[in-house]
Amino acid sequence: MIGYLLRRLAAMAATLLIVCALTFAVFYLLPSDPAAQFCGKDCSTERIELVRQQLGLADPLIVQFWHYVRGIFAGQTLGTGQYAVQCGFPCFGYSFQSAQPVWALMMDRLPTSISLALGAATLWLLLGVGAGVISALRRGTWIDRTLMIGTIGIAALPVYFTAMILLYLVVTVAGILPYPRYIAFGENPVGWITNLILPWITLALLNAAIYARMTRNSVIETMAEPYVRTARAKGLPERRVVGKHGLRPALTPVATMLGMDLGGLLAGALITESLFSLPGIGKLFADSLNKSDQPVIMGVTLLASFFIVTSNLVVDLVYAWIDPRARLS
Amino acid sequence: MTTPLPTAPAEGAGAPAAAEAPASPWALALHRLRRRKAALVGAGIIGFFVLAALLAPVLTAISGTRPDTVDKKAIDPYLGGLPRGSLGGISSHHWLGVEPLLGRDIFARLLYGAQISLLVAFSAALLITLIGTVLGITAGYFGGRIDALISRFMDVMMSFPSLIFMIALLSVARDVNRVVLLIGVMSLFSWPYIARVVRGQTLSLRHREYVEAARASGTGNARILFGEILPNLTGTIVVYVTLAVPGLIGTEAALSFLGVGIRPPTPSWGQMISDAVLYYKVDPMFFILPSACLFLVVLAFTLVGDALRDALDPKGSRA
Repeated sequence: MIGYLLRRLAAMAATLLIVCALTFAVFYLLPSDPAAQFCGKDCSTERIELVRQQLGLADPLIVQFWHYVRGIFAGQTLGTGQYAVQCGFPCFGYSFQSAQPVWALMMDRLPTSISLALGAATLWLLLGVGAGVISALRRGTWIDRTLMIGTIGIAALPVYFTAMILLYLVVTVAGILPYPRYIAFGENPVGWITNLILPWITLALLNAAIYARMTRNSVIETMAEPYVRTARAKGLPERRVVGKHGLRPALTPVATMLGMDLGGLLAGALITESLFSLPGIGKLFADSLNKSDQPVIMGVTLLASFFIVTSNLVVDLVYAWIDPRARLS
Repeated sequence: MTTPLPTAPAEGAGAPAAAEAPASPWALALHRLRRRKAALVGAGIIGFFVLAALLAPVLTAISGTRPDTVDKKAIDPYLGGLPRGSLGGISSHHWLGVEPLLGRDIFARLLYGAQISLLVAFSAALLITLIGTVLGITAGYFGGRIDALISRFMDVMMSFPSLIFMIALLSVARDVNRVVLLIGVMSLFSWPYIARVVRGQTLSLRHREYVEAARASGTGNARILFGEILPNLTGTIVVYVTLAVPGLIGTEAALSFLGVGIRPPTPSWGQMISDAVLYYKVDPMFFILPSACLFLVVLAFTLVGDALRDALDPKGSRA
């Protein structure tokens, strides 16, 4: 297990380095001049040149890349002499727009994105797994048919449409809920829920269908296994047969998918955050994009890859722990 | 009495357990028929939109409107540029109304938007099928180092935050054909999903008796791949590609919505929705129409793909 873990960690580090290198290369190819961006309007040529020196933009690409990667782990000192700024671990550079450290900007937005992702995931698990299990156990009945056709229909709804209809019906017409804005959980737990419930529903509806179909297939497969028949033959009550022998193994693939989806979502649900104007990482990315704020764009890309790679690792580790055969591959 | 521990299913490369037996032939037939009805509806919707996209120039000639003609007469400058008349300015001239501010014809824009949406999705689907099949089959059939190399490459590609990276790539590019760029960028991050499935299937196919027999009789690798293995993969590939299309259409819309996909004046549904979000309260028709198109096309492809999966892949295995 230790060997497996080390191998996986090495692979993870290698993947992140590749992603980092490619991201870096892409932004290096950007036609806009980062120095001019950083300097702002009405900047003299000499001043731009000074900024270029300070940001290390005059160095060759590979050197810049090395400084960037080293900066993340060891921090770095940007600029020289009286302009020197110490950027501590983890240093992702400074935003061109606000001159704030990218790391601080991201950490400021992260709670919003995490709240959004976790709340939505809870909701779609409840809806999706619930519908899937009911469908599987009532297979072939009208309940099954309605649920399965219904989930396809709901999943096909464009997220923009769901968001706007919810806003219109719940906020504008009924006036039950306030227009969503982020309130920290620690500050006001009730406000946290009432403000985030609409974005949660929007995201959950998008994903619940996939989980419902997957749960349904998985439960149907498991319920056909010989050990389920054995459990029934022993005279166990049906509740126990389904709950203990049917559902537990059937939900393993669902857990895998949840891990991967959460990984993708933690670094921001771009469109949902934009639609509800929630100050999450996705919104930060979208705003930085409009202003070509490269250090922030890079930071968010790396953070997102980190979440994806880490959640894949966690999923695989959980798997290897459950099923020793998975350690070999 | 001890309860047997539930064994964890060997779930990984998509190896489902025993095939489920149908309740009765009659129930099975009914089941399939129901599936087919949904698929027929789906195919009908797809046919409708493909036809609409192909006939866009003809249809707009009949309606007498162009997607990029600004019609200031159709909007009311005293109402902040909202369309004149009810339901978003529906009239004998503008069949589905006009956009606020510019007064461009929504009917024409939807038709040309369908062209873009379907063109991008179909081309990307074709491209990912090609790349995914070639790389997947190569990895699965030859195994060893080639497999290790391709599989690692797929892992890396799947570790990218794809939407974020697509946006970054699209915003970097200037002065390129946006449509071609979109197709390329979207394909770049979508092929590993098909390749993974193809690889898994090839792995299980390559030790079948008929493949061994072909190899024993001296058939070359190329003939085995194209003559023995590929035909057995077509069903799976068709299903996965059909189910990938709605994702691609949605991604195109999302990228255009975020302003990095198709740029004006070329119309696209995502872009129209992005404009319409600002007006959803005062001009709901402008918002509902492109959303409805997007919904119908995505729904149709999912219905057809789903029915195809039941027909071609009865075990219902997934990637």
